[in-house]
Order: sequence, then structure tokens, then C-alpha cells
Amino acid sequence: MDYIPNIIFAIILFAGIGFFARNVKKLSRNIKLGKEVDTSDNKSQRWNNMFRIALGQTKMVVRPIPGILHIIVYLGFIIINIEVLEIIIDGLFGTHRIFSFFGGFYSFLIGSFEILALLVIIAVVIFWIRRNVIKLRRFLNPEMSGWPKKDGNLILYIELVLMVLFLTMNAADYQLQQMDAAHYTKAGAFPVSQFIAPLFQEMSMSVIIMIERSAWWLHIVGILLFLNYLYYSKHLHILLAFPNTYFGKLKPKGQFENLEAVTKEVRLMMDPSADPFAAPDENAPIPEKFGASDVMDLKWVQLLNAYTCTECGRCTSECPANLTGKKLSPRKIMMDTRDRLEEVGKNIDTNKGEFVPDGKQLLGDYISHEELWACTSCNACVEACPVSIDPLSIIMDMRQYLVMEQSAAPSDLNNMMGNIENNGAPWPFNQMDRLNWSKES
Amino acid sequence: MENELKVPTMAELFAAGQQPEVLFWVGCAGSFDDRAKKITKAFVKILNKANVSFAVLGTEESCTGDPAKRAGNEFLFQMQAVTNIEVLNAYEVKKVVTACPHCFNTLKNEYPGLGGNYEVVHHTQFLKQLLEEGRISVEGGQFKGKKITFHDPCYLGRANNVYEAPRDLIRKLDAELVEMKNCKKRGLCCGAGGAQMFKEPEKGKKDINVERTEQALETQPDIIAAGCPFCNTMLTDGVKNKEKESSVAVMDIAELIAMAEDL
Repeated sequence: MDYIPNIIFAIILFAGIGFFARNVKKLSRNIKLGKEVDTSDNKSQRWNNMFRIALGQTKMVVRPIPGILHIIVYLGFIIINIEVLEIIIDGLFGTHRIFSFFGGFYSFLIGSFEILALLVIIAVVIFWIRRNVIKLRRFLNPEMSGWPKKDGNLILYIELVLMVLFLTMNAADYQLQQMDAAHYTKAGAFPVSQFIAPLFQEMSMSVIIMIERSAWWLHIVGILLFLNYLYYSKHLHILLAFPNTYFGKLKPKGQFENLEAVTKEVRLMMDPSADPFAAPDENAPIPEKFGASDVMDLKWVQLLNAYTCTECGRCTSECPANLTGKKLSPRKIMMDTRDRLEEVGKNIDTNKGEFVPDGKQLLGDYISHEELWACTSCNACVEACPVSIDPLSIIMDMRQYLVMEQSAAPSDLNNMMGNIENNGAPWPFNQMDRLNWSKES
Repeated sequence: MENELKVPTMAELFAAGQQPEVLFWVGCAGSFDDRAKKITKAFVKILNKANVSFAVLGTEESCTGDPAKRAGNEFLFQMQAVTNIEVLNAYEVKKVVTACPHCFNTLKNEYPGLGGNYEVVHHTQFLKQLLEEGRISVEGGQFKGKKITFHDPCYLGRANNVYEAPRDLIRKLDAELVEMKNCKKRGLCCGAGGAQMFKEPEKGKKDINVERTEQALETQPDIIAAGCPFCNTMLTDGVKNKEKESSVAVMDIAELIAMAEDL
């Protein structure tokens, strides 16, 4: 009978991890729906970016208040998770505070966890106030209504509850240690929870044990639930920020990729020895589609970008188009891409691994032409993103589709392009007049 | 009377068996836009004064293709690029200077992949180098005590991380360099990039150039300095919109240097 809790624990643990693994598989399958792109170059620079930007949080502190608060929550969760290791061992083997033999070092660890937990609680409360009381503009854009708003708050509530459970567990444990309860070895330092412990003073030992056990169980079950919540939430960034910063763009921000398929065509057109009357090769592969109208036309890194986005809205709050009331919001571009990708993924799931066209696409059904044409390609969104997401590349790929596949550019731009074609300048001036300025006084 | 500008073309030099130190890529705005032509001339005056051996392509120059590419027309961009690269390579061009950050970005970053490899510098970088080498000297006298704020062109700043060259030049003028609340990496776009220059803005509550001009005016400048012909147009329009054109001038860095040199 003594083994029942251990067995239950093992079942919950493996179910939690197993379900998460299933979602990770789905995630990776969806990302791989994107087009291949070579990211094997500049390994050292990529690692460096990951360490600096994701691990080191360097871009978070561009905005000091949320930046520092975020670092507290981030450190809190990473460091306090060392405790999870102990919880798992204790849970599986029925031990209690297995690491307590570290003695002084163990006290130091538990003490630091407690202080961090308190700081996390403070940070989370401030975050909640910023979202719901101060109502910062970037949390109120149209794309943030409904689920994204709830999701943001839910994450804060979960984090708060987990920290409170952790401290309650410690407080009860500390009280039991004082009462010389069997099984509760005297170990650890409790700089925060010692102030909660007096609440339990009047209670009987069995009640305190029940509180300690409940908090312990709820804490670990909560962590496993939170792990599985990630896939359904914007919160995936806690994992994906690392690969995303690794695979982020390394070239100068102003350098847009030259489409290889176009280069081939252009070379052929410029080749004087090419036979203009040559019959098309019957076996030639179907020419590649230019640009992107749906998620499958994007590169897999762009899809990884979409899953990594945690909807902080720094991009949108720096976007000149958005700031002046245009419909474009770079954050919405990322959210739309992710939502459409999820829709495509579900389509594949229900149709036994095969995507069945659903008459929808990213362009038009999610992202409007108006949004795409509002972009000034200024790279403010790319610069603002703390985890190296590139919304601009998606906008540009979709413009390419609009112009090269659909000839759907705004008429002003068609005039501009006509001028370039005819006279080598975006305005209708004669190329032969290009040097006239040198003769004007 | 103004000295006549010496503007040799690559074709002339080539015929004489000469190779200039640097090709000045004038760009479409610099060639045709009335305001931008003044920048072009100011820059040439400095080049003449410093005895820089340079040449332009003149009628052999054509749009780099930047606005076409940002509008999504990769075909047109690459056609322009390949044609221009053929001309540049035929003249064995090694170094290019341009006063347009869009041309600068395209030539520097997007031409190499299509066979055009040149050392490309923005005119503010080039001017800074001339100054450092002592080939020009700047007396800041007439700018003393003037407040100048610099608007970072997106395609020079964020796109290519050039923030200091234009600022160093302004400091040399003995002027007080004042920064806008959004500057350098976080500089706000003037609203012209991404081919917006050639279309009406999408529906919104304000024009981007007005927003940016307001930020510039907050610094109470005498001069708003720019390093891009398109930013120059947008900010000039913004200043007019705010009815400040009598007290605030929008000028290119090259024009400021030329003025300081009494050219």
C-alpha cells in the first residue's frame, strides 16, 4: 500500500511528459510544412546570438521596466526548477527532500528559491497591473481581444499559483520540522515561508501534513499541466526563444533575399544565345510559385518565428504604420501565421496526415492586402523583437505573391514599376536626361 | 559666381584610359528630383574641392531596382540589377559612393549575390573619411550654437548599422547635436521606405512623416539633418505641414558640409 502514491506519481509524471512529447512532435511537423532553408552556416555566430539574446536576455532590457521584471520571472523559473528535480526523485522513490544531505549548500539553494519565488510573485502582480489596470497601449490592440488577452492573464495566474503553492509547501514543511514530525528532516532555509509558517501554529500535525502534501502534489501537477498548456498558448516562447534566436537572420537587416527562381528566369532572358522559339521541355518541373499566399509557401524558420511569438507587441508599438493608425500590426502578422498554421495542422490531423484544401489561405482570410501595403520595410519590428522574429520577411513574401502571381499591386506602384521598366527611374523621366543636373546651376 | 561643376563620366574616363578612385552613384532621386539634385551638386562640389578622382555613370545609370523589390516585384529588381551589374563590371568598378541609403543598401547587400561585388559606402561615411584624411577641412563657424537633429534613414541605420558617421560630421560643424526621442536603432521611419514614396499611404489617423516631424520639432532644432533624399522630401513636407518652414530647415549632411566650406 505504501507504494500507491509513488505509482500514482509515476503515472502522472509520464502522462504529463508523454502528452507534451506528442505536442512537440505535432509542433515540429507543422514547422516542417515550411520550405527548406539552409541554416548550417556561421555556427559560432548563431550560438553566440542564442546565448546573448535568449539566455542573456539582452534585448529585453531595451525597455528597462518590463525587461528587469521579465528577467526576474525568467531566472525564477529556471532556478526554481532545480527544485523540480528533487520533487521528481522524492515522488518516484518516496523519499523526502533527497538533496538535504548537501547541508549548508541545500539551505542556500532553498533559501534562494524562496527569495526568487517572492520576487516572481511581485513581478507577476506588476505584469498583471500593466495589462489590466494601467492598460498599456500595446496590450490593447485589436488583435489582443478575446483569447490572446485571456491567455496572457491565465499565464500570470498559473505562475502566481505555482509560486504560492511552492511557498506554502515550504512553510508547512518548516512548521513540521519545528514540531519534530517524523519523516520531515530538518533541512533548508526558509527566509520567506517562515513568515507564513505561523499561520499553521494552531493546527494539528496531521492537518499540516495534509497541507504540505496537498501543496506538494498541486505544485508538481500544476507544473506538468503548465508544461502541457504551452502548446495551446503564446507561452511557447520559453522553449522556442532558444532555437529561434539560433536560426535568426544573420545578414544585415536591409538585405532581402534574392529569389533564385527569378534569377534563373532573368539569366535566361538576358542570354543572347537562348533560343526564343524553343519549345518548352515537356518534363520540366512546374515552375515554383513566387512569393507566399499560405503558410506552406513560407520558410520553416518563418513558421518557427510564428510559434515563438509571445505577443508582447514591442514590434507593433515601434511600427510607424501602426503608430499612425494604419491597419498593419507586425504582431498580428505573426499571430495570423501561427493561427493559420494551427488550422492547417488540424486539417492534416483529421485527414489522416494529408492536407485537404479548405478553400482558405493566409493571404486574404487572415492577412489583408491593406495591412501588407502599409509596411515601409523600415525594420523597426525586427529590431524591436527580443527573440529575433522577422515579421517583415513574411510581409515581403506576400507582397511578392501579390505582385508576381496576381499583378495586384496598388495602381500607383504599377505606375512606378512601369516607369522603371521603361525609363530606368521610378518617375517618368527620360534616361537620357539623367545627367542634366550637372549643367543646371 | 559659382564654379562650374566637374562631373566626369565613366565613359569619358574609360576612353581616356583612366580609372577613377570611386564611382559616384547618383541615383534616381539625385538625378531627377529638384530637391535631391541640390544634394547631388553639394556633394560634387565637395568632391571637386577635395580633388577626389571620381566619375558618374550619367546616362548609363539606371534605377537599382530597390523600390521594385520592396514592392514585391523581384523580376523587375533582378532585371535592373543584372543590367546595372553588367555596366559596373564592364568599367571594372571597385568602389561606389552614393548619397541614397536605398541605393547604398541594394548595391552593398543585394548585388553581390547577382555578381556585383563592390566596396559600397554612403556619402556620410565617405565625407567622414575625407575629413579624417585631411582632404577637406570644416570650419564650423556659421553653425556655432545652432541645434541640429539627425534623422536616421532606416536603410542606413537599422538596415546597415551606420549611425555614427553622419553624427560625427555634425559634431565637426561645432553645432549642438540634439537627439530625438526615437533615434539610432529605434529611429522612426519617415514613411517613404518599402516603395511607400510612390503611393498614397494606407488609411490611418496620421501621416508617418508628420509624426516623425513632430518628434524632430520637439528637439527645437534649427536644422533637421537627413542623409537620404526620400527622408528629406518627407521631412520637408512634414515641416511645411507644421508651418515651420521659415524657422526650421531640412538639409542633407552633404549640404551642411558644403555650406561650412563656403561652396
